[in-house]
Amino acid sequence: MPRHAPASIEFRSVTKRYGTVTAVDDVSFTIEPGTLVTLLGPSGCGKTTTLRLIAGLEIASAGEILIGGRDVTTQAAADRNVSMVFQSYALFPHMSVLDNVAYGPKVQGLGRARAHALALEKLELVGLSGLGNRSPSELSGGQQQRVAVARALVLEPEVLLFDEPLSNLDAKLRRRVRDDIRDLQQRLNLTVAYVTHDQEEALAVSDRIIVMSNARIAQSGTPRELYEEPASVFVADFIGNANLLPGDLLREEGDRAVIQVGALTIDLPRRGASRGPVTVAVRPDAIRLHGTQPSSPAIQAQVAKAAYLGGHVEYTVGSALGELFAVDRTDRTPMPVGAPVWISFADRDVTVVPR
Amino acid sequence: MAPAAKAWLVAAWAGYVLAPWYLADPLSALGSGGGLWLGLTRAPWLLPVGLALVAATWPLARGLDRTRAARWLVAAGMGGLAVLWLQGFAVGLSGWGLGLASLLGAPGPAQGGMGLGAAMTATSLLMLFCAGLAGLGWCRGDAFVTSSIGLVVALVGLFVLFPVLTILGSAAGTPGGGASPALFVSRLADPSIWGLGCLAGNGTCGVAWNTLFLAILVGLGTTLLGLAFALIATRTAFRYKKALRLLSLLPIITPPFVIGLALILLFGRSGAVSALLFDVFGVPRSRWIYGLPGILIAQLLAFTPIAFLVLIGVVQGISPSLEEASQTLRARGWVTFATITFPLLRPGLANAFLLGFVESMADFGNPLVLGGNYEVLSTKIFFAIVGASQDQGRAAVLATILLAFTLGAFWVQHAWLGKRSYTTVTGKGDSGLAPPLPRRVAWLCYATAIPWALFTFAVYAIILVGSFVKAMGRDYTPTFEHYLTGFRIEQTPQGLFFSGSAWNSLFVTLKVAVLSAPFTAAIGLLTAYLLTRQTFAGRRAFEFGTMVSFAVPGTVVGISYILAFNVPPVEITGTGLILIICFVFRNMPVAVRSGIASLSQIDKSLDEASHTLGARSFTTVWRVIVPLLRPALVAALVYSFVRAMTAVSAVIFLVSAEYNMATTYIVGRVEAGEFGLAIAYSTALVAVMLVGILLIQLLVGERRLGRRTALAAAPAPALASS
Ligand SMILES: Nc1ncnc2c1ncn2[C@@H]1O[C@H](COP(=O)(O)OP(=O)(O)OP(=O)(O)O)[C@@H](O)[C@H]1O
Ligand SMILES: [Mg+2]
Repeated sequence: MPRHAPASIEFRSVTKRYGTVTAVDDVSFTIEPGTLVTLLGPSGCGKTTTLRLIAGLEIASAGEILIGGRDVTTQAAADRNVSMVFQSYALFPHMSVLDNVAYGPKVQGLGRARAHALALEKLELVGLSGLGNRSPSELSGGQQQRVAVARALVLEPEVLLFDEPLSNLDAKLRRRVRDDIRDLQQRLNLTVAYVTHDQEEALAVSDRIIVMSNARIAQSGTPRELYEEPASVFVADFIGNANLLPGDLLREEGDRAVIQVGALTIDLPRRGASRGPVTVAVRPDAIRLHGTQPSSPAIQAQVAKAAYLGGHVEYTVGSALGELFAVDRTDRTPMPVGAPVWISFADRDVTVVPR
Repeated sequence: MAPAAKAWLVAAWAGYVLAPWYLADPLSALGSGGGLWLGLTRAPWLLPVGLALVAATWPLARGLDRTRAARWLVAAGMGGLAVLWLQGFAVGLSGWGLGLASLLGAPGPAQGGMGLGAAMTATSLLMLFCAGLAGLGWCRGDAFVTSSIGLVVALVGLFVLFPVLTILGSAAGTPGGGASPALFVSRLADPSIWGLGCLAGNGTCGVAWNTLFLAILVGLGTTLLGLAFALIATRTAFRYKKALRLLSLLPIITPPFVIGLALILLFGRSGAVSALLFDVFGVPRSRWIYGLPGILIAQLLAFTPIAFLVLIGVVQGISPSLEEASQTLRARGWVTFATITFPLLRPGLANAFLLGFVESMADFGNPLVLGGNYEVLSTKIFFAIVGASQDQGRAAVLATILLAFTLGAFWVQHAWLGKRSYTTVTGKGDSGLAPPLPRRVAWLCYATAIPWALFTFAVYAIILVGSFVKAMGRDYTPTFEHYLTGFRIEQTPQGLFFSGSAWNSLFVTLKVAVLSAPFTAAIGLLTAYLLTRQTFAGRRAFEFGTMVSFAVPGTVVGISYILAFNVPPVEITGTGLILIICFVFRNMPVAVRSGIASLSQIDKSLDEASHTLGARSFTTVWRVIVPLLRPALVAALVYSFVRAMTAVSAVIFLVSAEYNMATTYIVGRVEAGEFGLAIAYSTALVAVMLVGILLIQLLVGERRLGRRTALAAAPAPALASS
């Protein structure tokens, strides 16, 4: 079989309706060849549906889908050069591991011997050579996951899809397998679309992230763009649990702005905001807590909760701006509940959020 | 055009041009020949079909693009089928049909039943139509799915709905061929159907009331007996549970009227028990067994296993932790049973009652053998057709009433019980232990079930013994005479000669059973696949259509087939084909149900994984789904095999001298008083069925799952008999 070059994926105003439910609403994006893009969002926002639209397991109600520049909107799954790793792995229980992986080439009409050779090659790639004769139920969860990956890879698809591939694994294994997947993707230069609702996982493996909310795209960009320049309150909150504070934009100074937040006056990139009330997103790490009143201006607050978590201490503090969530990585001795504190902001991880 | 569509196009032309269009019928006015040739010479009404074929070929000839070609196929397929159907009715066996005679002048041209050529053309047109729909993007452009739906719809329409509608038509039909609502009403209101004479103490009640009364008694009786059995089997430490269970299942592989026959041999005027009573106590011999008592006992014996199968599922389905919870709330055994267990059983009891009710109404063999003066609808229908009067209209009216009763019962079941399932199996491991039955309940169960079991045992003993003695009740000399009469094989110079009188019908029965079983399983499981795995417009109606035949009593099916298929365009009565078709569509609902039960345990992502690996629907079904469906396949095969061996009601209308079935042959022997041969044959039949079931198990094999914990097997469908 020819080795397929990775292909791009393009959605043009794609909509998917189930009766009255709109699962994907007028979504457009492009995934460049050879990149790993994550679809991230809360439960029910349409991630799985988007992935199944790419695979051809659902047919779009409106809009166009292009893979490698070709229009595949109405093409059936079996005709698309796309493979998928299912959340449940969907390993065929009546076939051995080897037969599972060889299934794709076999139904493509390759002979048994050739199919098995391809399958063995892929099993070796995922580090499972020697387990071919077992039945899927005789493997551990992590091994089953790798069989599913090998089976998806065996046809060397133009596009590989993962639907929450790690959700059945424990926390430690999850970290390792996600690195394996990223490693494989870069080694084989694959185009991968990857669904997860774990933001840390998304930040760790992705070239780009598409954040979805209510069947639409809330924002897409590199992990860094999303974290540092959230386009909306929703994104700021969903990625990195930002504190969202009311502020007042006092002066526009070119592409920067001077903003008053409580007792603090800060100078931030303007990001298109104009004079008047604005929302400021402050990452928990960017909140500095002082046990005594500092000389510079600060907001006064009181410790409501403190949790010691080994490497850092998490605080919830009450202030005139509302409850704030802060992380202190410098001082490991938690301050007692009820103690008065003063708050200031770090230079980075504080940003204006466009409304 | 897809390669498959091209092949169908070729088949369509071959059917139209090459194959003989009509059935080989010496009486046919038109002679034999291809549709095209006949159309050009003697039967011009066949030419529009050719036009449709040209239209279907057009896109290929002009090299049109996919969507345009698909539109042509849809139009050509639909038009061709419509023309085919219309001309079939417009030109009947003896002139114009559809009331055209008054318009165009009698008698007009005539034609016979459609033959191989017409069937090929019709099938191909249907497939082209479906391929066209797939080309237009229906069912995600999957031609396998659209074709399957089209095929099932067409078959169910032709062999289930069309005959039933024909009955309704002829219930209002005048002998002249017209239709008159007034006639229908007067037939319906006949006092012999609805009379209440027996209440007033003079005369007999109408046949409808007789049927209803019997069905209610049987429903109640089977439910109680079934419940007693289910409770003993699941909730007691009774020592002979296995034997009890076996005994209760034996009636399923027994032709139902065999039980009636055994009752005659026991309690008839010259029965074994009657003789004993007369000799020892001087009780005069009487005919009390003929009539309501006899039918009631026979049906109780025959249908209790169905209630048992339903109720054992329900009893096992009650989560023990509910009862344990009740006990921890200080409710003693009896209180828990009365307040928790029994209420949870109620929907199951209602279900079992309805099944017994419907089975009793549909039963034909026992009333025929034991009825005496007690008439019920199913036998009355039979005698309206074969009796001296030969009144098809009356038979159709009676069939309509019977159909209304059974459909009504199923409607009640669906509307009321469908929403009230208390099955509490969750799929989570339930570690509770069901409490033993309270004493009182246990004794009650034993008191009903054990005598009944002994009675069943006696009945079977009689059947076995009776086949080896000269004449039950009179002469107990051991003999093989009955078996020899039925199954003699002689060594002649030309080879083995099966000279026994039963061989012919046994061979036909085996052939029909063996042929119909795989078709039943295939179409049933295919339908189950479509219902569980595909979404398409009209799915609910589709599901209803495929389940209808379950509620249609065999007698009604039999008469509807006679009315619908005795005349062109589809003229198949008297052939072996009609027997096979009858069984396939009668038994299909059970195959559908067991397929749905199994398929809903198989995760859909397995299909999807297969699709994303490049396998189309057909490959996926063949390589992934079918291997996982083995238990359902066995259930469907066994059920349809057994039913084809044991059914009487529908086939008694459809058998012919050439194609006689074992059951109808046996009924004939009973009517002729040759009881010895009849039970010998029945015993042989049961043995053949046991061998058949074992063979099916062996051939289909086990599902190779390699699971750590095995999937729960698909629930065994209730085996019903008629
Ligand atoms: N077959 C269907 N019929 C009707 N509604 C559906 C169907 N499939 C999905 N939906 C609806 O579409 C929406 C999006 O579903 P989807 O499975 O894409 O969510 P998701 O983002 O993958 O969520 P999760 O993270 O929980 O898996 C949901 O509101 C869901 O209820
Ligand atoms: Mg999902």
